[in-house]
Amino acid sequence: MNGLSKLERRRRRKNIVSAVIRYGILTAVALVMIYPILWLVGATFKTNNEIFTTVNFIPKRIDFTPYIEGWKTRTQFTFTTFFLNTFQYVIPKILFCLISSTLVAYGFARFQFPFKKFFFSLLMATMFLPAVVTRIPLYLLWKNLGLLDTYVPLIAPTIFANEPFFVFMLIQFLRSIPTYLDEAATVDGCNSFEILIRILLPALKPAIVSCTIFQFIWSFNDFLGPLIYVTSLSKYPVALALKMSIDQSSGIVEWNQILAMSFLALLPALILFFAAQKYFVEGITSTGAKG
Amino acid sequence: MKHSKIGLLYILPWLAGIIFLTLYPFVNALVISFTDYNLVRKPNFVGFGNYIDLFRNADFRSTLTATIKYTIFTVPLQLSFALFIAYILNFQLKGINFYRTAYYIPSLLGGNVAVAVLWRFLFQQDGFINRFIGIFGAAPIPWLSSPNGAMSVIVLLKVWQFGSSMLIFLAALKDVPQELYEAASVDGSSRLYSFFRITIPLITPTIFFNLVMQMVNAFQEFNGPYLVTGRGPLNATYLTSMYIYDNAFKFFNMGYASAASWLLFIIIMAVTAILFATQNKWVFYSDEGN
Repeated sequence: MNGLSKLERRRRRKNIVSAVIRYGILTAVALVMIYPILWLVGATFKTNNEIFTTVNFIPKRIDFTPYIEGWKTRTQFTFTTFFLNTFQYVIPKILFCLISSTLVAYGFARFQFPFKKFFFSLLMATMFLPAVVTRIPLYLLWKNLGLLDTYVPLIAPTIFANEPFFVFMLIQFLRSIPTYLDEAATVDGCNSFEILIRILLPALKPAIVSCTIFQFIWSFNDFLGPLIYVTSLSKYPVALALKMSIDQSSGIVEWNQILAMSFLALLPALILFFAAQKYFVEGITSTGAKG
Repeated sequence: MKHSKIGLLYILPWLAGIIFLTLYPFVNALVISFTDYNLVRKPNFVGFGNYIDLFRNADFRSTLTATIKYTIFTVPLQLSFALFIAYILNFQLKGINFYRTAYYIPSLLGGNVAVAVLWRFLFQQDGFINRFIGIFGAAPIPWLSSPNGAMSVIVLLKVWQFGSSMLIFLAALKDVPQELYEAASVDGSSRLYSFFRITIPLITPTIFFNLVMQMVNAFQEFNGPYLVTGRGPLNATYLTSMYIYDNAFKFFNMGYASAASWLLFIIIMAVTAILFATQNKWVFYSDEGN
């Protein structure tokens, strides 16, 4: 102990103090970030009266009545319909998006073709293009095709690799895969499509998992799309059903039921996130976009 | 790299999409903005009529003010917060994964209607936030019933979702060579000094990217105000994107709404152009060029 110089001891103390400060800040911020969600979970088990009288997130008792009553809704439909409706466009969106984005990314990452530089800049530019400008003409397009109040306007754009974020992420990933495998396969007589399917696709798995998770969460959370295109109650996804439940001003608003359904709406994203955390971080940091 | 036109075949889906679902609607919006199209009548050419009406309309002008205010508050707050937390997380700390997760969850869930429901509920007059500050003896704040309160609620909602900017900053901070800090500390520089003199300059490209991205998003914000505060007291949170939505999809004034969307687009592009023009004054790209 005596071997430590005064300077060394002071340096150590300083390090401990700064570590304490860092953890203090991080923990305080984490609490503020997470508390609303914890509180939401707690509130779903509370009575309406308890929700408005206590700051504590732990409920006095566990009661699933808000879930059961909330699920039934005040309409002729239950949340079963609304969840099934949501999956009816979320799943096709994921599939089309994966197929189209992979093909396009492969084209950009592995081939030279005329105007490639220009097209690539265009791809990057669309990442910044405000979607607000194209919204009205797109609505008119789907209207003229008689496809309003269907899920087609939500699904169809994904056939055309409409999310530059995914294309870019896959391009980045493909670039990191060495090309000698492709070359060897070419010598063996594989055509370019076979190379993609047999050689590159297995290697692309982490990137594809990231795309799937992001597309799932974004499509599931999407509110404006369904708000514009889906009008009949029987076709409502969860997002619109929740919005409807807070708009019903007649009678007492059963907040505990609404909050219970809100928590269920967040659950798929939360489960997916915890199941595949590392893919998230990789996805975001590799392309540095969205949010 | 193969020189082959087959590459064009692979990018064909995207190319078709960019033409029919991006460029065509983009130009089409401009064309419609010069008409009085309302879905019922045959469209008539009205020249700059819609644009003139927009400038004369006090409601529209107030949405622009609200949108600019929202952007000016949200973007710097969110980015500085994201950078600050990323900076702390970048020290070799135990349990970094837990914190990274905790901070990212709000960004992940932020777009969900459920979060908007929760926020609307938390900020009610007798809601959680007011009861919480009441513990410390503070008077309840009229969050949803005063113009500034309503604006703060939607700004806070966005700032709360700083997680993805934070992850991008964190990745950039990891790339700052550790030797630079060591050299600085040998020279006797303080942490604060090295933060502003070493860290910040080296990650300016990332700051710039986040700045442009978040700015473009903030100018188009819709979900937060639409779901949590609505128009807000005195239209305090009636943002331009909501104005466009109302005119297009409630009143079906497609010409007028298209003109408003083009104006918003021009404003966003102008701000982006200004940011790009200032780039060489403060953004440092390393020569490595990756």
